[in-house]
Amino acid sequence: MERGSRDYALWSIGIVLVLAFALLPVLWLISVSLKPPEAVTDGRFIPSEFSFDNYKSLFEGGIDDSPFIKPLINSIGIALITTVIAITLAAFTAYAIARLEFPGKRLILAGALAIAMFPPISTVGPLFDMWRALGLYDTWLGLIIPYLTFSLPLAIYVLVAFFREIPWELEQAAQVDGATPFQAFTKVIVPLAAPGVFTAAILVFIFAWNDFLFAISLTSSDASRTVPAALAFFTGESSFTQPTGSIAAAAVVVTVPIIVFVLFFQRRIVAGLTSGAVKG
Amino acid sequence: MLCAPAVIAMLAVTAYPIVYAIGLSVQQVDLRFPEEGGFVGLDNYTAVLGSQLWWTDFFNTVFIMVTTVAIELVLGMAIALVMHRAIFGRGVVRTSVLIPYGIITVVAAFAWQFAFSPDTGFVNNLPLISDEMDWFGGRFSSFAVIIMAEVWKTTPFMALLLLAGLVTIDNQLYEAAKVDGASAWQRFTRITLPLMKPAILVALLFRSLDAFRVFDTIFIMTRGAQDTESVSILGFNQLISRLNLGLGSAVSVLIFVCVFLIAFLFVKGFGTKLEEGRPGA
Repeated sequence: MERGSRDYALWSIGIVLVLAFALLPVLWLISVSLKPPEAVTDGRFIPSEFSFDNYKSLFEGGIDDSPFIKPLINSIGIALITTVIAITLAAFTAYAIARLEFPGKRLILAGALAIAMFPPISTVGPLFDMWRALGLYDTWLGLIIPYLTFSLPLAIYVLVAFFREIPWELEQAAQVDGATPFQAFTKVIVPLAAPGVFTAAILVFIFAWNDFLFAISLTSSDASRTVPAALAFFTGESSFTQPTGSIAAAAVVVTVPIIVFVLFFQRRIVAGLTSGAVKG
Repeated sequence: MLCAPAVIAMLAVTAYPIVYAIGLSVQQVDLRFPEEGGFVGLDNYTAVLGSQLWWTDFFNTVFIMVTTVAIELVLGMAIALVMHRAIFGRGVVRTSVLIPYGIITVVAAFAWQFAFSPDTGFVNNLPLISDEMDWFGGRFSSFAVIIMAEVWKTTPFMALLLLAGLVTIDNQLYEAAKVDGASAWQRFTRITLPLMKPAILVALLFRSLDAFRVFDTIFIMTRGAQDTESVSILGFNQLISRLNLGLGSAVSVLIFVCVFLIAFLFVKGFGTKLEEGRPGA
């Protein structure tokens, strides 16, 4: 019995350490965002008084004057459009790879893997030059295209791993039972494939939401600048005040939804990130 | 035919630009002086490779890559073991570990910068740390903070890849070893580590390539001040800040070659079947 309680204590310590590791920086950010401007430099981990001034200042001035609302709309729009297109293209590709035999199949998988390792900075110069010539510089599309490229390999790998697990015979079975091919697809295959598609969508969204390099290289104004890039250009009320409080508040606003999302879909994300990582 | 759209989308923004970059890198292209130009052969490469700056940045990048990946491997393994074997609370641990993964890198960089900055931070008020410590005033103290932020942000990914390897190990092996009197440490070094070799190598490869591209954290924390620039920051400065597309493209192509060499060394050196691995996020 003594051994059991010792194990219990050891695992408790391990779990507390992991929780502290994951959560302390986030709690710190929330704490900074809630400090009134004059207390930002007090160096306390827990604020002595709370204020929502930093949050109010983010949204002050409405859509035209707020430094945050337009980038937030850009971020959400660009990440959502990227996700929808990437998942559609990746689903076709993954379906073909998982179910059909065709020449070049291995080449596509190897190519996708190579792109996953590709350094994005190597494409920034040419894209900058090309986008200026094509009029795509500082537009949503100018960011969506590179995001698509760099998220497709991830989406394809996750979807192939999921699609390989689907018992495709069920489709024929449904047709034998009198379902039309369309019914067999929508009523049998779609529900089975949905969790994988959803997982891939979460991962693509997080990728597009997170990007900074393309966002600062290929944009120049609030027309398409996303939140990570906008944060880097935040300025204080005057040139003598650091925008620490506003940055922290903006950071919390874009982080909390992702945390809620992650907490809610934890299982799916773990499954997606580790799918096909090691076989046998 | 089903694959065509995805293949085109992937090639259009990788293969074509890299060819384009190679083209730019052998010309003199400076958007501030558009009238000058023309083919200059390998001059841009000799300029980059002959400069002190490239080698400093290259050293910085490799230093950050090796340190972060080494720390992450140890931490990630510890976290993976807690996630896998804890007798309770696994769900809580798995969920909380995903939080750094979901957070924007720029946001994480700001959080750590605020914590260590002498005017806004709490770190200097902790015991054992000098109140006057100027973390971003020196090269290696800046690296320390950059590395901590990078490790925090990317360890979850490492831990999850290692967890995927852990779950494939047959529990009966541990039971048998216990019966034979093996200690917990022996079970870890003799059973867990050898069987996890493929998973560890895949995780190391993906994280190394990812760490070599380090950009966001350094840009936010120091912008490359105090000699903390990485090769990606150098490329960005040449291309976007100075609009020198010729020199910048030479840097880009060299980074591409470095990444290719790292991947090649991993595959050759360890001979694991990396097609079985999967791309990182």
